[in-house]
Amino acid sequence: MKFRVDRDVLAEAVAWTARTLPVRPPVPVLAGMLLDVDERLRLSSFDYEVSAQGSVDVDVEEPGSVLVSGRLLAEITRSLDSQPVEISTDGSKVTVACGGAKFTLLTLPAEDYPSLPDMPQLSGAVGSDVFASAVGQVAVAAGRDDTLPVLTGVRVEIEGEKVTLASTDRYRLAVRELTWKPQQPDISAIALVPAKTLADTAKSLTSGAEVAIALSSETGGEGMIGFEGGGRRTTTRLLDGEFPKFRALFPNETNSLAEVQTGPFAEAVKRVALVAERNTPVRLAFSQGELVLEAGTGDEAQAVESMEATLEGDDIKIAFNPQFLLDGLAAIDSDVARLHFTTSTKPAVITGKPGDDGGADYRYLLMPVRLNA
Amino acid sequence: MSRRQLDRGSPHLPGEGPGDDAGCTILHVDMDAFFASVEERDQPELRGRPVIVGGAGARGVVSAANYAARAFGVHSAMPMSRARRLCPQAAVVSPSHGKYGEVSAAVMQVLQSVTPEVEPLALDEAFLDVSGAVRRLGPPGEIAALIRQRVHAEQELTCSVGAASTKFVAKLASTHCKPDGMLVVPDDRVVEFLHPLPCGALWGVGDRTEEALKRLGLRTVGDIAHTPEAVLRRELGQALGAHLAALAWGRDPRPVVTSTPDKSIGHETTFDRDIADPEMIRRALLRLSESTAARLRATGQACRTVSVKLRRADFTTFTRSRTLPEPTDGTQKIYATACALYEAAGVERQRLRLVGVRAENLTDAATAPHQMTFLDEHGQAQRETGWTEADRAIDRVARKFGRGAVRPASLVRPEADAEPPSTP
Repeated sequence: MKFRVDRDVLAEAVAWTARTLPVRPPVPVLAGMLLDVDERLRLSSFDYEVSAQGSVDVDVEEPGSVLVSGRLLAEITRSLDSQPVEISTDGSKVTVACGGAKFTLLTLPAEDYPSLPDMPQLSGAVGSDVFASAVGQVAVAAGRDDTLPVLTGVRVEIEGEKVTLASTDRYRLAVRELTWKPQQPDISAIALVPAKTLADTAKSLTSGAEVAIALSSETGGEGMIGFEGGGRRTTTRLLDGEFPKFRALFPNETNSLAEVQTGPFAEAVKRVALVAERNTPVRLAFSQGELVLEAGTGDEAQAVESMEATLEGDDIKIAFNPQFLLDGLAAIDSDVARLHFTTSTKPAVITGKPGDDGGADYRYLLMPVRLNA
Repeated sequence: MSRRQLDRGSPHLPGEGPGDDAGCTILHVDMDAFFASVEERDQPELRGRPVIVGGAGARGVVSAANYAARAFGVHSAMPMSRARRLCPQAAVVSPSHGKYGEVSAAVMQVLQSVTPEVEPLALDEAFLDVSGAVRRLGPPGEIAALIRQRVHAEQELTCSVGAASTKFVAKLASTHCKPDGMLVVPDDRVVEFLHPLPCGALWGVGDRTEEALKRLGLRTVGDIAHTPEAVLRRELGQALGAHLAALAWGRDPRPVVTSTPDKSIGHETTFDRDIADPEMIRRALLRLSESTAARLRATGQACRTVSVKLRRADFTTFTRSRTLPEPTDGTQKIYATACALYEAAGVERQRLRLVGVRAENLTDAATAPHQMTFLDEHGQAQRETGWTEADRAIDRVARKFGRGAVRPASLVRPEADAEPPSTP
């Protein structure tokens, strides 16, 4: 095997593929990255849950394939000078040469490397930027507690042209709707994708204009979802389990609707939250024209700040975990935040104010903190 | 507690007679050989014999001994096997904690009738600040006599009372007049009372500090009192040095505090023989979680952190803890966390000698802000009733029919019947 490639192109592809290398490989070969050259160079990594395959154009002198330490290859390619790189095999060794630098790496037994899962059947495609931002908006609300695996996933529901993403950690629920281009107009599918993997994947596939999504049929053995875009493809195993019926969690009717400038509101929350000790909330009091934020109680430091806000409906006092509130305000992606309230012990809905760019396709449902005594 | 002070010499009394007790408004009331006395009272055949209360099992520990047994060198916290060797003729009685709790509550009620300013230290001792009761009940010496007389009349038990102007001297005074005595140490006799005492009598002086003091040639409280504070600070550390310098002159600014919030609540159990079976360990964790959670609920608290203590057969001891996303007082949550900690500790299938469950990071369950959720702990839609209601119902049954009237099915087994000796 022998090929030449531009250093920047190689480093980027290697770095992307290396993200999937297991931190503690269950078997030694999984620490390896497979380099496979015929017309192009394909780089593969796999940790039994997630597989990644990146391909780049290279000048092929001699095809072949080789397995080397992925971590080491990533570190080497990252630190090379910006010059053409030549990679070739020499017996059981691999040589990486760039400018005056030359590295010799040991190879791992490529014949022991597991074959990567096949990409499921293509289901449709979505704009890569829209997809990345939608996943980011939803994944923030996913649970991180492995004792409830179902809640560490993003629920993906596909109904024709409509895709709904949802996740919840029991304290908040984020739901985003978007449209995509399905292969078959009558497609109907659901999947539960590990939130962290999905967020990382969506972010890393923005180099192409579109992301193709491939979902294995529900009955076809182990659930799997694949994403492909810009010469990169990745698959991940789906989570099992019943995701809660999240649509029923939204209130049917609300008593108050407040509108606040998102940026100044978030800044004010951060300021008053400085005195909110662990697990204590920020308290919000909305009245006509004004929002008063408070944190801290009698025995400790206290903070208060007031700002402009519009309110339709009943005055309301409600308290939230400041971080959960900030996550929601950051996620709505709108200059004006709308907060819909029922009562101080019922969940509030945070949305962006519908504008030219839509904004009504994302909802963040947040449970309040109940104040006692 | 009072053992080490009793062990140390006997300072001469600061004179008999009533003396001027006007300033001696801090009383320390200490039941005499409490558990043993209760057993003697209830089992007349024990009277006049040495009595040891404690676990009778292979690894039992002495909880209490009456004065007849103490004469043989038996004291609390001693392994039962050793106590039996020291005093083979003693009657060994298994502790019946429920009964001691009831008697203690009755005694505390007597104290409460004197003044609401009562600081219970344990089941069998308490500090009182009687400065507000003097007008109604007479000088502190009379109040002390009244308490002793009422406790004896109502409970047929004796107690000893020390009176002084500080907690520290009051406690020493009660220790000094035990059993069945009282001692008032007026302010102008404090120094005279204190200075002949050995250093070990001072609160905060353990074996290590006593060694350090001995190296400086200081054997009595008087020796410490006449050592410059700077020397004590240098030799013993800033805090301890200053503390001892103050105590040695009878200065103790601690007020009587009616309720000190608990820092943590927990129970532990030592197995009669080492156990490796994870199922049995889990059952022990369940039993301990149950009593820990019940005490949380009884005191209106919730914990944010759960810890388990695991002692292997070779005495190596691990403590593992986990902080929960939200405070809990639920048996199931504490049990599930304890099990997860046990499983993650890497001692499964190893023989364990002791396990313990502790609730830490306590908050007031009623007033703490509560982050609400849409789904329960299992990710299911909230139901009207769940474990919380089950726990409350079990608590109500326990109040009416006693602890253990309702218990998890896995604990309803012959070997689980015997309540293990537990330490708070």
